[in-house]
Amino acid sequence: MRNAAEMRMADSPQKARWRRVTEQRMNTRLYLAKLIDVLLPVLAMVIALVVGVLLLFLLGTDPIEAYSALIQGALGNISGITQTLTKATPLLLVGLGICIAFRGGVINIGGEGQIVVGALAATAFGVGFRDLPALVLLPLTLISGAAAGLIWGGIPGLLKARLGVNEILTTVMMNQIALRLMNFLLRGPMLDPEHVAAGTSIPQSAALPESIWLPRLVPRTLFHSGAILAVLLALAVYFLLWRTTIGYRIRAVGLNPHASRYAGIPVAKYVTLSLALSGMLCGLAGAVEVLGVHHRMLEGLSGGYGFSGIVAALFGKLHPLGAIPASALFGALLVGADKMQRAVQVPSALAIALQGLVVLFVVSSDLYVRRRTRRRVGDDGPAGPPAAEGNTRESIAEV
Amino acid sequence: MLRRISISTLIFLLLLAGCGRSDDSGDGETVGAEGDPFRIAIVMPSSTTDIAWSQSMFDSLVAVQTEMGGEDALTIAYSEGMFRVTDASAAIRDYASEGFDLVIAHGAQYGNSVFEVAADFTETSFAWGTSSDTGADKGIENVFAYGAVANEGGYVNGVVAAMLTQTDVIGVIGPVAGDAKLYIDGFVRGVTEIKPDAQVNISYTGSFSDTTLAAEAAHVHIQAGADVLTGSAQQVVGAIGVANENGVAWLGTQSDQISLGPDVVVTNQIYNWANVVADMISKIENGELGGTAYKLTFANDGLRLEFNENIEIADEVKEAARTAIEDIKSGAVDPVLWEEDE
Amino acid sequence: MLDELFTISTLVGILHSCVRLATPYLFAALGETFGQRSGVLNLGVDGIMLMGAFFAFYAVFEGHNLWVGVLVAIAIGVLMGLLKAFVSVTMQSLQGISGIGLYLFGLGLSSLLFKTLIGSVEGVSGFRQLAIPLLSDIPGLGHILFNHNALVYLAYLMVPLSWFVINRTTLGLKIRAVGHNPEAADTLGVSVNGVRYATLMIGGALAAVAGASLSIGLQNVFQENMTNGLGFIAVALVYFGSWRTVGVLGGSLLFSLVNALQLWVQALDIPVPSEVAVMMPYIMTIVVLAFTARQIQKPAALARSYERGE
Repeated sequence: MRNAAEMRMADSPQKARWRRVTEQRMNTRLYLAKLIDVLLPVLAMVIALVVGVLLLFLLGTDPIEAYSALIQGALGNISGITQTLTKATPLLLVGLGICIAFRGGVINIGGEGQIVVGALAATAFGVGFRDLPALVLLPLTLISGAAAGLIWGGIPGLLKARLGVNEILTTVMMNQIALRLMNFLLRGPMLDPEHVAAGTSIPQSAALPESIWLPRLVPRTLFHSGAILAVLLALAVYFLLWRTTIGYRIRAVGLNPHASRYAGIPVAKYVTLSLALSGMLCGLAGAVEVLGVHHRMLEGLSGGYGFSGIVAALFGKLHPLGAIPASALFGALLVGADKMQRAVQVPSALAIALQGLVVLFVVSSDLYVRRRTRRRVGDDGPAGPPAAEGNTRESIAEV
Repeated sequence: MLRRISISTLIFLLLLAGCGRSDDSGDGETVGAEGDPFRIAIVMPSSTTDIAWSQSMFDSLVAVQTEMGGEDALTIAYSEGMFRVTDASAAIRDYASEGFDLVIAHGAQYGNSVFEVAADFTETSFAWGTSSDTGADKGIENVFAYGAVANEGGYVNGVVAAMLTQTDVIGVIGPVAGDAKLYIDGFVRGVTEIKPDAQVNISYTGSFSDTTLAAEAAHVHIQAGADVLTGSAQQVVGAIGVANENGVAWLGTQSDQISLGPDVVVTNQIYNWANVVADMISKIENGELGGTAYKLTFANDGLRLEFNENIEIADEVKEAARTAIEDIKSGAVDPVLWEEDE
Repeated sequence: MLDELFTISTLVGILHSCVRLATPYLFAALGETFGQRSGVLNLGVDGIMLMGAFFAFYAVFEGHNLWVGVLVAIAIGVLMGLLKAFVSVTMQSLQGISGIGLYLFGLGLSSLLFKTLIGSVEGVSGFRQLAIPLLSDIPGLGHILFNHNALVYLAYLMVPLSWFVINRTTLGLKIRAVGHNPEAADTLGVSVNGVRYATLMIGGALAAVAGASLSIGLQNVFQENMTNGLGFIAVALVYFGSWRTVGVLGGSLLFSLVNALQLWVQALDIPVPSEVAVMMPYIMTIVVLAFTARQIQKPAALARSYERGE
């Protein structure tokens, strides 16, 4: 798989050492931290919820009742579990996109907008070409969602790579543009003709043909086969990042852009690519939500998955495979918090505040893992070049 | 008139039923179900205190509860902030499976979810709005639909605006173009009816909750000469603050906004869902689980125009408003086609 | 129709709107600039703003003086800054994500407190328009610049003040050193973490005042999530200004100018579809930056935690 440029790079002893060290440290990180890494976010989440008891006291709510409703609601029965998994599906897809961006050393906080344009494009295509056979239409619909996300993520990528426009700025702005675009399309060109005919104006599109709806996995729930697609894609992203040249270069650019440029990797191209791929997965998340849950585009399709996906990616240690259990865990928290609102009748704001606490605690708990890993690297292996050392932190620290 | 009588009779009967029930429970002999409170669950896109769409329904539910005799007669469970439709859908399904008597999905975007869940829980009654679609054509019989004919109140507010304005410039702050269209269309018609030459400037913020931009839009209208303002969606709180500071008249809609601008809010179109809810309750208790599409109008007391008691309002303004309302009720003013609107 | 846009009074109106609209962005973005210059990215600005907005409003609602409201907001902002500093400096967490945690925490807590302590949307009497004598009489310019409420003036005063602190004081020198090369700064005896705590507390205070400028200055109400993501725009504007106070001022003014313009265009019934108009501020900000951006050196240590003895 390695091409000539790669071989040249391998020829340089300095570069070879750099790569060896980098990979070695990655392996060390991976294996050593595995067990505690998995358990630590859960532990941090528990501690956060314990601190959250203060908020419950503020509201005069019995914490035990509230939290048992949270756990019971998310995991206690079929309905809760399927809701958790339904929620985890877009979180996982967005989370995967975030993983790629992270590894490529860029920050994508434009997930929200990418989801929206993905959903819009998928709907437009699915409705527009509804006469195509389902076997053709379904993949094409998914692809149009992914393509729209790819473009919406690729623009910030291109602007960053070519013109040095910071991607935080562009992704924040493009979220707003996407939302306004949706407001317009759902009230104008994409408004359900049935509603127009009936003289009603609910801002939603026409329904997609039933033949391409993603099959529901459990009857009488929203849990749909998009979940399987998401898990498969997690494997694919893992393969892409750690088993292909493209993935290797994305990570190399993320770890140290200067060294990568020195090694002959076209940095600009890979910066654009990681943002575009990241956007593509978010766009796909939008398409999957449309095809699996709502069967049409409507307002309130996303509402925060762009941010929640970042958190899910973090819970999964920014690793595509880690993102699978992590998005389920975070999905459970979100679903449980909603159930808690219903069971003990607390304002929805409480759930948001609790999520914030959980994120703060989980993100802080990372220190422990890192210290341990770093110690082991220091003990067992050769110390990495200082630049790479600092930049490992930087690339991951930035989001 | 007939409708009004029937509704008041209904409420009266309801009250009787409520009394009767408490007597029954005193006997301790009646069937358990009769003594249990009626259970309503509601799912709302924004907060119970959004001073607009969600609050209007929540306040009405509380009013019905008070009228029926408190929590012993009617319990209300709510999920607020359900702007994500997937979450709302889960909430609707959960409420249905928990055996609520009536599940209200308070947003047009919840329509899909309502019909999907309603098909699975045929013994439970559902209601959703803004809509006129009860799903009858899909063979669904347990869904009520409701909506407000907001152009009626818009028209009356428009008449009031035209009477109030000295500069003949009036500003409207809308959320997203195409939304709140009924209210704004009605408003413009009302203004033109009185002052055909008056200028109505409309600006949209592009968002439902951008209070900052709504506030600035109010400033812009004022600088452009407007001396009467109106607007819709929860974002308007920002604009009312500005109107208050500048002493410019504000005409409210959806929920009671007088507390925000005690000196400037002149009139307030209020969505009063109480009758609709009471009617649904009585239908459900009689075994009719859906099929009716309700509209709030002045004629059925679903829309109310409230004048701010704290400020002096010229008699001719009040008179014009009352005339407009009567004209709408009698049909002298062309009733606009039924359309959805929040 | 279009000529209506180019009358003197309209142009004055647009610029007047622009100056006022920029207020919250200026406070928040200047605060964020402090943090980023010392190497800490704080995406939680919106959450801090909401907390500041709520507490300032609550103080005034309870009958306290407006400036007490501002001070309460500052205190809350400092506390939120401390929280952010603890999480991302002491605990060395991923800065962007901890910012999102802080945002959610502030969003949730401010709404929760609002529901518990106030319960319904109420109005207060906030900062009034304060025309500066003499200066406000200058034709045109006077109205544009000198006919605003006190917090608007304060926001613009913060620009030279921030510039001075960052570029002309010892603290500023330390901030820049820590942001550029923490290792070297540490060697020279500068407490890297101490400086970062300080900048995050300053940033928190300014973000909270940004919130207060909404709840007791420009709108005089508090509503759940009233900032509506304004804090994220403010963070973006720091990048627009490439970490310079003047650049931040330019970005805030540009963004606000396009927003003011689109509101005026709509209000004057100029035939531009409002759907396009409402997108313009976001599009223009990207476009202008795309044309002007150069590879400007960002604080080299931005978003990097620092641990001694590594």
